[in-house]
Amino acid sequence: MFSYYLRLAWASIRRTPILSALMVLALGLGIGAFMTTFTVYYLMSGNPIPHKSDVLFSVQLDNWDPNEPPTESARDVQPQLTYRDGTALMLAETPARRQVHMYGTGAIVVPEDETPPFDESVRATWYTFFEMFDVPFLYGGPWTLDDDEARASVAVIGRELNDTLFNGENSVGRSIQLDDQFYHVVGVIDHWQPVPRFYHADGTYRALADTEQVFVPMNRAIDAQWGPRGNTNCWKMPDENLPLFEGFLQSECVFTQFWAELDSPERAGAYKDYLDNYVRGQKEIGRFERPLNTFISDVMEWMDVNEIVQNDNRVLVRLSFLFLLVCVLNTVGLLMAKFMGKGGEVALRRAMGASRQHVFQQNLVEVGLIGVLGGLAGTGLAWLGLRAVESLYRGYQHLVHLDLAMLLTAVSVATAAAILAGLYPVWRVSRLAPAGLLKTQ
Amino acid sequence: MLEMSQISKVYRTELVETHALRELDLHVEEGEFVAVTGPSGSGKTTFLNIAGLLESPSSGIYRLDGEDVSTLNDARRSRIRNQKVGFIFQSFNLIPDLNLADNVDVPLRYRGWSGAERRRAVGDMLDRVGLGSRSNYLPSQLSGGQQQRVAIARALAGKPRFLLADEPTGNLDSEMADAVMGLLEDINAEGTTIVMVTHDPDLARRAHRNIHILDGHASDVPLAPVAEIAAFPAQEAARV
Repeated sequence: MFSYYLRLAWASIRRTPILSALMVLALGLGIGAFMTTFTVYYLMSGNPIPHKSDVLFSVQLDNWDPNEPPTESARDVQPQLTYRDGTALMLAETPARRQVHMYGTGAIVVPEDETPPFDESVRATWYTFFEMFDVPFLYGGPWTLDDDEARASVAVIGRELNDTLFNGENSVGRSIQLDDQFYHVVGVIDHWQPVPRFYHADGTYRALADTEQVFVPMNRAIDAQWGPRGNTNCWKMPDENLPLFEGFLQSECVFTQFWAELDSPERAGAYKDYLDNYVRGQKEIGRFERPLNTFISDVMEWMDVNEIVQNDNRVLVRLSFLFLLVCVLNTVGLLMAKFMGKGGEVALRRAMGASRQHVFQQNLVEVGLIGVLGGLAGTGLAWLGLRAVESLYRGYQHLVHLDLAMLLTAVSVATAAAILAGLYPVWRVSRLAPAGLLKTQ
Repeated sequence: MLEMSQISKVYRTELVETHALRELDLHVEEGEFVAVTGPSGSGKTTFLNIAGLLESPSSGIYRLDGEDVSTLNDARRSRIRNQKVGFIFQSFNLIPDLNLADNVDVPLRYRGWSGAERRRAVGDMLDRVGLGSRSNYLPSQLSGGQQQRVAIARALAGKPRFLLADEPTGNLDSEMADAVMGLLEDINAEGTTIVMVTHDPDLARRAHRNIHILDGHASDVPLAPVAEIAAFPAQEAARV
């Protein structure tokens, strides 16, 4: 009977095109608004590295101004480290299985051909970055500890840049020019875009930005005096007696990110103790004047600490859900008008032997079909909404996509909303007394 | 086949109580062709609705094929209506955006027949009413008489034993009405019981038996010249 009901539903929708279009539009608007905000929320709040998010920990040390208000939670502590603390931890023998120290920077890429040079974001990091974060390689692989220690001019580039510079060929062994220095390509990473970009959550939109297309050893970037491109906070002036960049590196300015891989609670506990001891040691030389506030946060905790999903996003989701409810209520009214107009046909079918259940099912299928159409319309509107979000806000480009899962979700939500809206009208029409309506048909 | 005993039907609103049928007694044998006459508002349509299980009586007992159907639930009543009863209406009541075959197919859909069975039954019935070649036409492409023939095909497609016709020729000119009556007579001759509500004394005379309903009471009327039927005083009629 389902295919029969579906055919009848389509005929009924065509019979009342304006009313049906209004219902589809009402649902579509509600779904479009809801899916726009929900997609942003869903992708922001997603787990960017689900298989190991519980063993990767971001490190916070509180080197901040002692005159600032006391710290109550990780949210009150700077999300980044100073270069000197990160470097000290990186070179130390710690209980961590692996560690990585890094910062975001940039350079001018000079192509081999006549193509004009262009600016490119660069991640200055250590060789451990790629294994810790399971970065997929298309060609080659990461550089080595020896390269880090030798401050070698090596680079891993992204697939997109490889396409631009080398037409997608295997570029391992070739060189790229960054500023005035050539770097030996050791690996090309495949498409890799964790959303959010958890490893660089510094309290700005950068957690939602593109992954970099160039990765170089951090020591090499420091030698090249590439300054940070990202949130850089200082609470006291660098030492003016030192050269400018050296003074910056030795200052209390925070601009680097630090992660540790801690694959057991015991290791995590030991690492936390290690950090506390490190800070105590620093206190002895006159740093870290605030109370002991070291924090380690796994990936999802880190998303929370950095408020990747902001309260505004949650409020928007709630508001759009209320809007969807209003649309559903409007649809109830429209469905009532439509179904009450079908009284004659319902009465005829009842006379021909249709039970109330048959009538209920038939009209529920029609409501479901309207829901599916509303879902498709809503998906289109959500796509437009996300385009608008993309054009209005920097760094949201990875949130602005609709995949099959989102399409199915939109259609499912719309169908469920339509069925919810249609339950009462469908029930009412199935309870119509046929006798009185037959005579008047 | 149809036995109504002390059937009453009362419609109540907050202010008004209307007695559509009052302790109506009626017995229709299998194979009969019964014409039901009576003035407007006398209860003919209510009688037909109760006979076709579209309404339940307020009191009394209604047996169809020996089964008491006065208190059955909706699903059971619908099943009996689908299997045993066919309806023909004055205004044809065809679904305008379904073609003839799909209109005739409507009751069969609720019968649970296979697609092949339904197609065969629909084809047979449309052939029977002379519209087999127009199965893909829409009702709006047919004359009134042809539409009524489609409605008859629809009523008979499921081979019901009991046909209820409410003014089946009321919207037709005399020539078309005569053709439709001829079709009903043929159907009756093949064994289908027919109860037909009509205002037309000429048509009533073509039935085997006339029932007159007045003020909710039914009385048998002797088959007589038209003028006598029209003038037959209800209060003198014997209860059936």
